[in-house]
Amino acid sequence: MSAVAVRPGRTRAPGPQRFREVSGKVGWGIVAWVVGIAFFLPVLWMVITAFKPESAAETWPPRFVFSPTLAEFRLVFSGWGPYVTHSAIATVGSTILVLVLGVPAAYALSVHPVKRWRDGLFFFISTKMLPIVAAIGPLYVIAVKAHLLDSIWLLIILYAAMNLPLAVWMIRSFMLEVPGELLEAAELDGAGRIREIREVILPVISPGLVSTALICVIFAWNELFLALNLTVTNAATMPMYLISSVPQEGLYIAHLSAAATVASVPVIIVGWIAQRSLVRGLAMGAIK
Amino acid sequence: MAVVETGAAPPSVAAVRPRGATRREAWQRRLPLLPALIYIVVVTQIPFLVTLWYSFQSYFFDVPGPPHFIGFSNYTTVFTSAAFRGALVRSVVMTASAVIVAMLLGIAFAILLDRKFLGRGVVRTLIITPFLVMPAAAALVWAGPMLDPNFGLLNYLLQPFGVHHVAWLSTHALGSVIVVMIWQWTPFMTLIVLAGLQSQPPDTLEAATVDGAGALAIFRELTLPHLRPYIELGILLGSIYLVNVFDQVRLMTNGGPGTATTNLPFYLYTQVNYAFDVGGAAAAGVVTVILTIIVATFALRMFARVFQFQEAGV
Repeated sequence: MSAVAVRPGRTRAPGPQRFREVSGKVGWGIVAWVVGIAFFLPVLWMVITAFKPESAAETWPPRFVFSPTLAEFRLVFSGWGPYVTHSAIATVGSTILVLVLGVPAAYALSVHPVKRWRDGLFFFISTKMLPIVAAIGPLYVIAVKAHLLDSIWLLIILYAAMNLPLAVWMIRSFMLEVPGELLEAAELDGAGRIREIREVILPVISPGLVSTALICVIFAWNELFLALNLTVTNAATMPMYLISSVPQEGLYIAHLSAAATVASVPVIIVGWIAQRSLVRGLAMGAIK
Repeated sequence: MAVVETGAAPPSVAAVRPRGATRREAWQRRLPLLPALIYIVVVTQIPFLVTLWYSFQSYFFDVPGPPHFIGFSNYTTVFTSAAFRGALVRSVVMTASAVIVAMLLGIAFAILLDRKFLGRGVVRTLIITPFLVMPAAAALVWAGPMLDPNFGLLNYLLQPFGVHHVAWLSTHALGSVIVVMIWQWTPFMTLIVLAGLQSQPPDTLEAATVDGAGALAIFRELTLPHLRPYIELGILLGSIYLVNVFDQVRLMTNGGPGTATTNLPFYLYTQVNYAFDVGGAAAAGVVTVILTIIVATFALRMFARVFQFQEAGV
């Protein structure tokens, strides 16, 4: 942005200076590319290893040329069925629950705020600071007593609670962006609160809702601790499938990489597509 | 940016409405908040109350019979336990070092990405990817294909620098786990700081350049103060998530070698899953929560400052 604004003055710069600027730009570009590739390298290596035959995955020196195979992916796809289903249900279910609870709550903390909206907001955030691991034993006992152990409902409930504070906070910041005139016009029209939310606020903040939902999806899809402690088979999720792909003995690196790739790719692709709204979502949280 | 929108901020909206809001009006305002509030209280606070209850009980999964009251003896065990203290210290070390390094890298990367160069979008995509990788997948891929002493890529890449088949996870376990934490959270910090950089009004910077201020001076005097709320937010959110780091510890080192990488979450996990000591784990959990509340109080104060910064500053 800033570069665009500065540019007109710069194009008139004399020759040598212009050269310095261009080479400087190229230099920055090269540094940035090197950093980016270095950071991406482990992911790239994961994907490359996933296409290796098992025998080519554990060699010294590491092999960069090999005949790629889909064998490990086939193996993954033959076994991931229940896990991916559970993950999808827990992720989508908890995210919907977060939005259903979060939108009205954010509304009550921004557009027509309750008196102590600041305390309310801080309370939500403060629940994120209590480490859930501290309560894992009792949580297990509660789950047993409520007949929710190894149930997908338990994951939905817990993941929603895990993501709700951040979601309320983000949605609130998007609602503050809704122009006051729009809200006043709706009020003059005699629109009730529900109509105001549905017809005025939701259309304006829908990109923000998307980025909020995205963050919730990332955290829910990737969650391991609660799933590991509170599920066995009926609700075991993708991260648990990943763990099960590491056998006690034998070669497994290619298989593990294939499983890790398959488990990560959905969120990576969604994140890539939505990265602009992701940036915006996080930034809005920062300044509002 | 924020200047325009502050008109819609809560205080001014509230000021528009008549002062003596009726009780009905107050409830109408409260009503939409209640479902989420009740939900979060029930789901997050009740387990902690139960934790408090069990922390005074002797309760082992592998011992038959109902739990029974034993007073403070679980707490005595926690406070005299070197394992708990060790886990506490490691939690602090891991969280602090990971958050600080990730933030420093994040600032550097954000400055890089704020400039125009060929393929900027692609590089940004590459840099944010580690944040999107499932932590369990990241842990397993780092532990195997990346760090393995016999075939790991890292040893191969470091060969020219005289590194030969280092068994990272046994000789530098804590460092390795922290590196993976940093690798996953640097993108998050980068995104937040980048958003801050791009919200900087260009005309101020231009004016400073015209005034003959050097790049370093501009960064220190203008950019850094502007970035402060963003940096504070990144540190806060990063700490919240990183203090609970479990996947990497469980899957890379399983807390070892010995207890070299056992942080509080992993310690509590072993107490419940291997020692079956619900009461002891609950007491350790309560102490953890109290310590967290102390730290969080400071953090929330920081939050409050960020908010005030927003209202007074713009």
